[in-house]
Amino acid sequence: MSDATELPDSKGPLIYRQSIWTRVTHWVWAICLFFLLLTGLQIFNAHPALYIGNESGFEYENAILEIGAVNSAEGPRGRTILFGNTFDTTGVLGMSGDAARPTFTAFPGAVTIPSYRDLGTGRVVHFFFGWIFVATMLIWFVASFINGHIRRDIVPKPADIAGVPRDVAAHATLRFRHGRSYGPLQKLSYFTVFFILFPLIVATGLTMSPGMDTAWPWLLDIFGGRQTARTIHFTVMLLLVAFFIIHIIMVFAAGPINELRSMVTGWYRASPGTPGAEGDRP
Amino acid sequence: MSRLITRRNFLRSSAVAGSGLVLAGCDQFNFLGDKSNPVRHVMEQANVLTYRAQRALIGDQALAREYSASEIRQGMKPNGSVEPSTPEYMFLRMQNFEPYRLTVKGMVEREVSFSLAELRNMPSRSQITRHDCVEGWSCIAKWTGTPLGPILDMAGVKPQARFCVYHCYDNIQRTLTGDILYYESSDLVDAYHPQTILSYGLNDAVLPVSNGAPIRLRIERALGYKQPKYLHTIELVDDLSPFGQGKGGYWPDNGYDWYGGI
Repeated sequence: MSDATELPDSKGPLIYRQSIWTRVTHWVWAICLFFLLLTGLQIFNAHPALYIGNESGFEYENAILEIGAVNSAEGPRGRTILFGNTFDTTGVLGMSGDAARPTFTAFPGAVTIPSYRDLGTGRVVHFFFGWIFVATMLIWFVASFINGHIRRDIVPKPADIAGVPRDVAAHATLRFRHGRSYGPLQKLSYFTVFFILFPLIVATGLTMSPGMDTAWPWLLDIFGGRQTARTIHFTVMLLLVAFFIIHIIMVFAAGPINELRSMVTGWYRASPGTPGAEGDRP
Repeated sequence: MSRLITRRNFLRSSAVAGSGLVLAGCDQFNFLGDKSNPVRHVMEQANVLTYRAQRALIGDQALAREYSASEIRQGMKPNGSVEPSTPEYMFLRMQNFEPYRLTVKGMVEREVSFSLAELRNMPSRSQITRHDCVEGWSCIAKWTGTPLGPILDMAGVKPQARFCVYHCYDNIQRTLTGDILYYESSDLVDAYHPQTILSYGLNDAVLPVSNGAPIRLRIERALGYKQPKYLHTIELVDDLSPFGQGKGGYWPDNGYDWYGGI
């Protein structure tokens, strides 16, 4: 009986948190990034090395990453050289698959599209989703600027910066507050993704195009050459993969049903004690 | 209480998510490698969009970046065909390319052909440019040759011509039914571009066989496979479909995009 009075308090208000623009672009990006990653690894497999500068050093050393296979006394082994340090990566990088019939690709077929070596198809799919990715970015920026999403939820304010230590502690103990807007760490990570990583991966991708280098030669100057741009493109990919993994972990840690609902319907259950506003549902 | 469930859910859910990631790749999307698949056809339209967008953005005359001599730090990496074995080419090579002739034919006012000496005696252009391979590597080298534009003008390109088809000596692929010869094509914008040269010199030396002797075309605003080696005939056409498998080049026939500017 006494529960009846407590019940409204134990549930925060249901708030309309994600606009249609946020939701649609979110899922389009999710699909794009999936295909861009798996076809990107296919493209990388065509020449699995990263360099600094304008060109690939064949007669001198400017590689920072090389993935390949070598012969050894106990047969072929996968080998990765990163900043001059050599690692045995048999089964994962350089050599993978069935031990009796191994495949010699940098990244294994399980993480490339297509699963077999096909640079042409990898490029067709990569550029198709590249265009959709960029179009979605433009739509998101315009819509989120107009509807206030960027100002309200993405750009960190001084109060957000000050709140970082408290938010780190909250994350460490898996004690989350679900408010109207994002928390300090959320704002910082989304700001990094939208305003740094997304523009960077598009611009470095364009720098690898000889046509774009002719149209916008300054691309080569700001990124320090085509091969450096390729290295940055790859590094930003790793950062986006790291973001994705943490993003998924946080969705499950913060309550997957509520988080998913907000990204599908827009409605989000805030924490108890969140001040109500017009338009909220009980 | 609620926190306990959250943690347990968190761990259980993480395991499910993790196993989902492992399943992500596999073979489900291999159908995209089938060149007759309609989904692939739709996706290939992105390459047409790239071609139109870059053509609109770059303009016809903008030059690819040229580098300084000090930036040539290594030899030009040979790739693809490095030693053609067709009888025609082997004969020419034995004769030090003395009998070689470059022919311009097709939709032209008059078919013309030039010996190597004639090409070398024409006004030349040298450019230090970056060769970008579709695989991802790049290499800076100095290329010397005769600009293609004036040669096309000597032949008189007919108004209905839309493309140059570049025919080559090299048997890039040898099959049971015979050799498949390399060919490429470009639009007339690329053919008339100031940096598009019939190259006979590489890094201040005679163009070696491994890099395309006696003549290799350079189209500097495109990837390496648009730079056909062992070139012997330029054919002006209004349609690419009669050549090879109809996609405008050996590599485009094998799934690479025709434009090759990205």
